[in-house]
Amino acid sequence: MTLTETAPGASETDLERQFEATIARNDRIEPRDWMPEGYRKTLIRQIAQHAHSEIIGMQPEGNWISRAPSLRRKAILLAKVQDEAGHGLYLYSAAETLGVSRLELTELLLAGRQKYSSIFNYPTLSYADVGTIGWLVDGAAICNQVPLCRTSYGPYGRAMIRVCKEESFHQRQGYELLATMMRGTDEQRAMVQESVDRFWWPALMMFGPPDADSPNTAQSMAWGIKRNTNDELRQKFVDMSVPQAEALGVTLPDPELRWNEERGHHDFGQPDWEEFMEGVKGNGPCNAQRMAHRRRAHEEGAWVREAATAYARKQASA
Amino acid sequence: MSNLSAEGGHGAVPLEGVPTGVDVPAPEPEWPLYEVFVRGKRGLNHVHVGSLHAADDRMALLHARDVYTRRNEGVSIWVVRADAITASSPDEKDPMFAPSGDKVYRHPTFYDIPDNVPHM
Repeated sequence: MTLTETAPGASETDLERQFEATIARNDRIEPRDWMPEGYRKTLIRQIAQHAHSEIIGMQPEGNWISRAPSLRRKAILLAKVQDEAGHGLYLYSAAETLGVSRLELTELLLAGRQKYSSIFNYPTLSYADVGTIGWLVDGAAICNQVPLCRTSYGPYGRAMIRVCKEESFHQRQGYELLATMMRGTDEQRAMVQESVDRFWWPALMMFGPPDADSPNTAQSMAWGIKRNTNDELRQKFVDMSVPQAEALGVTLPDPELRWNEERGHHDFGQPDWEEFMEGVKGNGPCNAQRMAHRRRAHEEGAWVREAATAYARKQASA
Repeated sequence: MSNLSAEGGHGAVPLEGVPTGVDVPAPEPEWPLYEVFVRGKRGLNHVHVGSLHAADDRMALLHARDVYTRRNEGVSIWVVRADAITASSPDEKDPMFAPSGDKVYRHPTFYDIPDNVPHM
């Protein structure tokens, strides 16, 4: 876009004061407002890697599209995976308003220099996993993403509103899938329980390390980027999931999980943070496979991008 | 875990020690950026919903349909190349908007009308 006039000669302190005042008013920061470099960079890291997570997140479930048990399930899964692509694009679009290009961010992902959520480094071993991912993984994502609708950066909040509307379909189709299997055979019920056992702890890890080990949280909250701490969100997710598990008829694999009358919340155990850190470092069960697939898809799509560019050039000169 | 604190979005991601791509030239020329406007239903204005990259106008429209209207969100789409938009500065204190700031008499509430006057 073209600016009709350059910014008035306000000093850095004035600009910073205006920025702080906007945040204090609970107003939104918009793309061409002045913002501290730290704010801009934190947002780019968070939004870009959120986008990468959505794009890589198509793989674990995409794995099952060709093997869906019925046309109904196949249509649902296709729509869901297409949504993940859409979520990735809303988020790249929001990140681009901060002065980076989608292509640069893609290159940083392909080079392994930017990451994506470790949850997508776990394999999907049975069709029940499609249900469990919808219920628990997308359920955890909803806990994270609903407060982000009120994040201080306008384009990120607006992208989150669109994402959250669609995420509800994701969670409900997953829960319904599991409920259907639970009404089936003993073998199907066992498949659901086995799947929940594998995904429960990785889902808890999605909220990030405990608050005591998250030095960035305070700054992100002061800037209004983040609205709740990792532990607050994890607690909310556990409290939400327990009655859902009961209604489904599955157990959650945590011997420490119990209602705490005094706190009015469930007590629960901590996931294996060593395992989480290994995943972030690239040593999770499927990291290499996910990245290899993403690189291959990008390379194999090159001719399509080139052909579209050539066609556009030819049409423009005709 | 100090340098790998994680948070946000669809699961935790590291917020330190990760390059942002700011100040780095793009690896290859990218397709132009288009801004997308959708009319939600008849009777409403087109509203800005986001942006996307496309090789040409027609591709921008098709992609806008797939990205922004998967659930009947629109009955009409406009796409316009972002570099064709001329914008004011977004700052609320912009002198651009000063002329409307001091003209309270343009608002109906500026005028005192007795309470017993109906329909006004």
